[in-house]
Amino acid sequence: MENKSVSTDQTPTKEPLTGYVHSIETFGSVDGPGIRYVVFLQGCHMRCQYCHNPDTWKLNVGDEYTTDEILADAAKYRAFWGKTGGITVSGGEALVQIDFVLELFEKAKAMDISTCLDTAGQPFTRDQPFFGKFERLMAVTDISLVDIKHINSAKHKQLTQYGNENILDMIQYMGETHHDMWIRHVLVPERTDYDDDLKKLGDYIAAIPNDVVQKVEVLPYHTLGVKKYHEMKIKYRLEGIETPTADRVANAEKLLRTADYNGYEKWMPLPRV
Amino acid sequence: MITMGKATTPKAWEGFKGGHWQEEINIRDFIQQNYTQYNGDESFLEGPTAATKTLNDKVLALKKQEREAGGVLDADTKVVSTITSHGPGYIEKDLEKIVGLQTDKPLKRAFMPFGGIRMADDALEAYGYKPDAENDKIFTEYRKTHNQGVFDVYTPDMRKARHYKIITGLPDAYARGRIIPDLPRVAVYGIDRLMAEKANDFAHIGDGELTDEVIRLREEVQDQYRALDDMKKMAATYGYDISKPATTAQEAVQWMYFGYLAAIKTQNGAAMSVGRIDTTMDIFIQRDLENGVINESQAQEIIDQFVMKLRMVRFIRTEDYNSLFSGDPIWATLSMCGLGVDGRHHVTKTAFRILKTLDNMGAAPEPNITILWSDRLPEDFQRYATQVSIDSSTIQYENDDLMRVQWGTDYYGIACCVSAQPVADGIQYFGARANLAKAILYAINGGRDEIAGDQVGPAYEPISSEYIDYDEFMKKFDKQMDWLADTYVNSLNAIHYMHDKYYYEAAELALKDTNLDRTFATGISGLSHAADSISAIKYGHVKVIRNEDGIAVDFKADNDYPRYGNNDDRVDDIAKWLVKELYSKMNTHHLYRGAKLSTSVLTITSNVVYGKNTGTTPNGRQKGEPFSPGANPAYGAEKNGALASLLSTAKLPYRYATDGISNTFGVTPNTLGHDLESRKDTLVNMLNGYMNNDGMHLNINVFNKDTLIDAQKHPEEYPTLTVRVSGYCVYFADLTKEQQDDVISRTFFEQM
Repeated sequence: MENKSVSTDQTPTKEPLTGYVHSIETFGSVDGPGIRYVVFLQGCHMRCQYCHNPDTWKLNVGDEYTTDEILADAAKYRAFWGKTGGITVSGGEALVQIDFVLELFEKAKAMDISTCLDTAGQPFTRDQPFFGKFERLMAVTDISLVDIKHINSAKHKQLTQYGNENILDMIQYMGETHHDMWIRHVLVPERTDYDDDLKKLGDYIAAIPNDVVQKVEVLPYHTLGVKKYHEMKIKYRLEGIETPTADRVANAEKLLRTADYNGYEKWMPLPRV
Repeated sequence: MITMGKATTPKAWEGFKGGHWQEEINIRDFIQQNYTQYNGDESFLEGPTAATKTLNDKVLALKKQEREAGGVLDADTKVVSTITSHGPGYIEKDLEKIVGLQTDKPLKRAFMPFGGIRMADDALEAYGYKPDAENDKIFTEYRKTHNQGVFDVYTPDMRKARHYKIITGLPDAYARGRIIPDLPRVAVYGIDRLMAEKANDFAHIGDGELTDEVIRLREEVQDQYRALDDMKKMAATYGYDISKPATTAQEAVQWMYFGYLAAIKTQNGAAMSVGRIDTTMDIFIQRDLENGVINESQAQEIIDQFVMKLRMVRFIRTEDYNSLFSGDPIWATLSMCGLGVDGRHHVTKTAFRILKTLDNMGAAPEPNITILWSDRLPEDFQRYATQVSIDSSTIQYENDDLMRVQWGTDYYGIACCVSAQPVADGIQYFGARANLAKAILYAINGGRDEIAGDQVGPAYEPISSEYIDYDEFMKKFDKQMDWLADTYVNSLNAIHYMHDKYYYEAAELALKDTNLDRTFATGISGLSHAADSISAIKYGHVKVIRNEDGIAVDFKADNDYPRYGNNDDRVDDIAKWLVKELYSKMNTHHLYRGAKLSTSVLTITSNVVYGKNTGTTPNGRQKGEPFSPGANPAYGAEKNGALASLLSTAKLPYRYATDGISNTFGVTPNTLGHDLESRKDTLVNMLNGYMNNDGMHLNINVFNKDTLIDAQKHPEEYPTLTVRVSGYCVYFADLTKEQQDDVISRTFFEQM
């Protein structure tokens, strides 16, 4: 659509803001607390080798929705959300369209809908105008799911084409400002499944301030996305790498001390202020 | 006949709070006055006793033998089954707390010719048994059966509709079933009191003018009275006197089971419901526990062994029947919980005990455990129930808040797979289903069958243009639905007339009020395909591809169009309209015995057979492909996830489809959450959300597709793998290959 404001990395205009949406999942039950309406936004700068949704990479394509349209649709599912559910914005990388997410979450909180941000943090910076928006976004986000791809920045760059300094900085900021989060880590044999790295990651998570980490999840790499690469004729860089064994998953859980983080069991979104 | 004496308070009622139930037959009042709510969790439950384990092992071994023998272990060819036809039968007498078998041996199938002698003989022959010549002679020359009665009066149109399978599964050669006996009556009152009440009713039927209806009812009540007397005789062969009320929990459960046994010895209905027994059982158990008569382990033993008996009920069926209702189901539907109209929930410890049987004796498809759900059921119970779903996929959930209002009582049960029925005074005339997807093709093809090419529906001009014009199609479809409604309802009028005449359910109806509210059940199959096809015609610009005879055999939609299952009103409204429209057309007709019309959107496993007999539909479903089950969206139509799909189904109007709107939901464990507690949370929230949006029924299956694929290859490794299909539960290994494929290909909600 032409002449519509495009939200990618830019300031909103007076036009109704629209976001580029890859797809919507009405029944998200592993994308934050409770049952959540998940908006998968289109567009991501990273090129994670194991990404199972390469179709969400491209910027400025997909179905355009206004925040009101999304919320009107999401509200139909309110009866399913119980005390903890709500909406989650995922991607792609949600923060690529931060203007859209901000408006969406501000309106959602006004409707007393719980908000959850699923991000890998790559667009984060303390530079303006991004940082100001991010601060406002955090004020209307109940909880974030932060994906740490790799603790070692060089390896992070190999894996995703970007280093992790700003991502760890975002996590630091979230901790300092008492922002609740789940940490997630995808366990990929030959990429992220090394005891040294996992130990470092475990130590890093343990040092995040103010007990904001409610849950730590090890997500075993799977090959369900490979088909999409073939369809899209993109070279798949993990050809031949299998799903990690249950033993290795258990090992990673031990090193990341996942059992220590059980705040999620009792977690509730803050009521509307 | 005896006359009624003055009511006295039997000793058996000591400790119960009195009320109307003492002066009249009124189980609901008995329950409301006496039951004990339970708000705790499952930690009080006990495992199986040694006796239960031994018996269960024996039954499992027999079931294995049965499967190895090709499906039937033993069958009676000689003795016509009645309440008293067989002597007592046991698994192992000394260990059994609850006794009674359909015949004299476990899993031996009874000979039940009253529905139709040919059907009974065919069933025997299908399993290698030789029908008895003398029985043949009796039931062809001397005694007419239900089946012959129906075929004597069917019109040519009805025969055609049946032959070309636009109407399928009609109960014209087997029992219609779906009558819930009020089994607690046997325990609370004893048979003598019930006989006295029936005698009293008999004395007051009619005002002296012997009209057809009065004569019929007088004869029926006499039959009921005799059935009650036979129940006493049958119980006596097991050493029990059930003429008086039960004095203990063990007796109460045993008395109720004898009532059920009378039903399954005389009727081989498509559904032989157990009804609503949990609260009454709990009242007796609670009294015994308080008096120190039994402990928790013994209470569980009684429930386990009662459920074990329900798992052993068998009928012998023909191959045709099995292709419709696969896996030997009998729908011993046991419905429980719900909320009273006074706002008190009906969750008792016995509801937990019944769920516990699935753990104590392993998963099994029968009884068909149905939880009457409300978000006001205690949370601990909700979570326990969903845990059982996650572990065994064996229970179904139905919307108590919806049904209680619709039926005007909290004392209703589930009559078959899905349909509600007031237990005291409601019955349903079961009516199978009509194929709406095929009706769409008849509209396009001028009433000619798309597979056979023969004229079946009314002959008028077929659609002849290259692209289907929506308005032209709708006019033709309207006429086709008129014909279908007319033929369908009148076939059922014939069937129920003959069923009452030749195969009257004396035993079940003896345990209900004499004056009944009747429901005339009908059903719809292929709803999602019909709705999507109309949507395609309306929004998709559909081109017709015809064969050399001019029959439309394929379709091509130029444009994308909304599909049912995405919470999109444009097409969901079409699905709603189809239900209301067919209902309204059927409702213009005379309905047998003043029954009230109801319809349903549930298909059991018959969605496979219906699909097999239906050509390619405008929504792109290919000829012969199974329909989606019940009210589920078409395979692959859903684009926005499970909740959008559920909300499409929830829009279908229960007020019209009071017979049930079934949704079968399959999900992988990891989609529900990454740990057990999260998974339970998800299911509880999902059920509350669905039901609060007026969703009527939900089957929940939790397993991985890979498990099913492996179970198909190695059935011996999965002897107790059960799956829920539209309205019931079945051992996966007992499904035909086609039905297994269907279950595997069904939508599994899965996240990557």
